[in-house]
Amino acid sequence: MLSLDTHGGSLSCADILTVLYFNQMNIDPKKPNVKERDRFVLSKGHCAPALYGALAEKGYFKKELLNGFRTLEGAMQGHPDMTKVPGVDMSTGSLGQGLSTAVGMAIGSKLDSAGCRVYCLVGDGEIDEGQIWEAAMSASKYKLDNLCVILDHNGLQIDGTIEEVAGLVDIKQKFESFGFNVIETDGNDIEKLIYAFNSAKQTKGKPSIIIANTIKGKGVSFMENKVEWHGKAPNEEEYKMAINELKLKSFMD
Amino acid sequence: MNIENKIATRQSYGEALAELGKKNEDIVVLDADLSQATKTSIFAKNFPERFKDIGIAEQNMMGIAAGLAAYGKIPYASTFAVFAAGRAYDQIRNSICYPNLNVKICATHSGVTVGEDGATHQMLEDISLMRTLPNMTVISPSDDTQTKWVIEEISKIKGPVYVRLARAKTPIIYDKKQKFEIGKGIQIGEGTDATIIATGVTVSEALFAQEILEKKNIHVRVVDIHTIKPIDKELIIKCAKETKKIITVEDHSIIGGLGTSVCEVLSEEYPTKVIRMGINDTFGKSGKAEELLKYFKIDRNSIAEKLL
Repeated sequence: MLSLDTHGGSLSCADILTVLYFNQMNIDPKKPNVKERDRFVLSKGHCAPALYGALAEKGYFKKELLNGFRTLEGAMQGHPDMTKVPGVDMSTGSLGQGLSTAVGMAIGSKLDSAGCRVYCLVGDGEIDEGQIWEAAMSASKYKLDNLCVILDHNGLQIDGTIEEVAGLVDIKQKFESFGFNVIETDGNDIEKLIYAFNSAKQTKGKPSIIIANTIKGKGVSFMENKVEWHGKAPNEEEYKMAINELKLKSFMD
Repeated sequence: MNIENKIATRQSYGEALAELGKKNEDIVVLDADLSQATKTSIFAKNFPERFKDIGIAEQNMMGIAAGLAAYGKIPYASTFAVFAAGRAYDQIRNSICYPNLNVKICATHSGVTVGEDGATHQMLEDISLMRTLPNMTVISPSDDTQTKWVIEEISKIKGPVYVRLARAKTPIIYDKKQKFEIGKGIQIGEGTDATIIATGVTVSEALFAQEILEKKNIHVRVVDIHTIKPIDKELIIKCAKETKKIITVEDHSIIGGLGTSVCEVLSEEYPTKVIRMGINDTFGKSGKAEELLKYFKIDRNSIAEKLL
């Protein structure tokens, strides 16, 4: 049975990953390690289910392997492990660390004039971490226009709303003052996301961030905008309802 | 041992790095606003494009190094040992060691020999912290010749490496013909009264102690364990079998460092009493490097006294 742990955030960013893996990124699942590829870092590593789903759908590995998620036998760890899963460009899980690694990749590509684009998805709760702002400063200093950060802005973190928990406000202004090209869009609208990514691609001399306004638990009525669904697994009945609402084929069949 | 021309291993590091930069275009050097002190400034002057000053943001620096390695570069990341192994421990653990990325962390200013800056800047727990991480190789070179060899050698092995360097000037122990191998300690002398096992700055102190003891007709051998992990079990066991006593000396806490590593080997393979000399579960303090070696009893005379 497929565990849907940490599904709230996975559902909020599923549309973003869909656009990246099926519209934007220059990648070939048959050559997952080729140097001249675009890269994706899931800085909010707890949304591994969304990444694994996108990679499986893209053809990096057989979908059956998804059944091993979070199990002793499976390769799909609770958080992404680049040494075990083809297509995972960076191991993540400890929040705040992924953006620095994406900056490193973008610098590497710039040094080689390789033309790779690096995408990094961060959570809005995750930007409580100071390292995110250190990385943002570096991205701007090195004029990493090949870096596109996507902020999954669903407004919620484990203990409550992002304003309540850590006092996070004025996100747009913060990134602007750090030297980013800031694009705000509806993160659950495929066409608007494509437009935002294309706009980021055309911006030269500075990194871009797409503030993607999303709904945590998107697509499952009883999970939408509910903090308690950050890391809770649905029971069998709830799971069936969710699968039905998402119009998916159940792994439980 | 050349006591006329002393050189700090951080200086040897800076010079070796600049040489390596000529040979290998994949080398990228990162620093956290300490390039004058860590001596990465020599590389920066020669290869400005491949030098990235990240600012006073060590956690970010380690992450950027991880990303560069994931991309295919060979990053050397430098700062003081306390800010590398301490401040950025979680980044080294999760972004570098867990994905087994090819990052070389070259940390200067380890131990009490940092001197006047005092306890906040004297890293005494880095060997302990770094050697517990899976995939990590830990090297603590003892002189100029060995450091220069290490810096090039680690560019040829894949995976994370932590190199522990010092601020204080120490004698040149080895001539340029000396052969080194990662994971293989070096035995100096054949004495059977005791083995003094040392690493980093304490190797030259152990060699001075060997001279002092020789004059008193006590014959000891010195073992330079430059690679703390993987440790040279074979040589340690051989010395335990051939000599009457084992003493370890390190400019590091006696908890978790060289002494502990030696005890782990011997307790499992050839139970032997080990006397651990090092910083005894306390913080460092301000003073001159030489004064501090004496104060914390890891200098030549203190070592010799243990065997008199």
